[in-house]
Amino acid sequence: MSAALEVGQVVAEASFPLTRDSLVRYAGASGDFNPIHYRDDVASAVGLPGVLAHGMLTMGLAVQPVVDWLGDPGRVLDYQVKFTRPVVVDPETGAVVSVVAKVGAIEDAAVRVDLTVTFGDQTVLGKAQVRVLPPAE
Amino acid sequence: MPVNPAIEGRTYPPTAPYLVGREKVREFARAVFATHPTHLDPEAAQAAGYADVVAPATFPIVVTAATLDQLLGDEEAGVDFTRVVHGDQRFAYSRPIVAGDELVATMTVTSVKALGGHSMVTSESSIADASGAHVVTATSTLVVRGDE
Repeated sequence: MSAALEVGQVVAEASFPLTRDSLVRYAGASGDFNPIHYRDDVASAVGLPGVLAHGMLTMGLAVQPVVDWLGDPGRVLDYQVKFTRPVVVDPETGAVVSVVAKVGAIEDAAVRVDLTVTFGDQTVLGKAQVRVLPPAE
Repeated sequence: MPVNPAIEGRTYPPTAPYLVGREKVREFARAVFATHPTHLDPEAAQAAGYADVVAPATFPIVVTAATLDQLLGDEEAGVDFTRVVHGDQRFAYSRPIVAGDELVATMTVTSVKALGGHSMVTSESSIADASGAHVVTATSTLVVRGDE
């Protein structure tokens, strides 16, 4: 299977509907209780357009389609992102974060998978790269 | 107040050991929409060769919370948390984290830069298991906004 990979090939994609509940759940699981992630009054007081998803929540979910493709989380060697734009989560309609994972480069044993992570029509992560050992046969 | 450039190169003491719990891994996995069975089901994890459930790729951020507290608690550093924005994040693994691991993080401030009134603080937290073996290095850049 790995021999057949080509640069540019889409290996996984998924969409994640986020609600305010998702943010509260992530706050509890991660211990990041910054109120800009669940309180509209605090978010607006510091000049934000609304309550934002934790950047680490976006980073955390964006790699999951890749893990499912790999079939083993131990095949993730390195994962990095830049946080470039916020994901504003509406209290009623939430927000949908979409992920497309493509082969960016093929190294000796490892493959670099590049993630395009979007909210609306804008990317929210930059240089989102996962170095992986490709799936076993 | 800008971040004190003198903290560049500073290494903080190792954090108290963090014992990775099975239910914490499962709770974190659900929160990041991780669905692979090795994250959630101990039997599936064991069938894949792991001692217990495997923590999702970004779980080390939980372990590094204690190093962030060290940085924020360093009065010489001058990092005002209300002005902090997460700039970038990286995890470089030697092996995945599994429930039962006892992890210690040691943070070094690798760079402090001024950029248009803001400060960019990059730190590296090296996370090791109870045997002292490297598990993962978490590298973060925090952007500390200057006075408006």
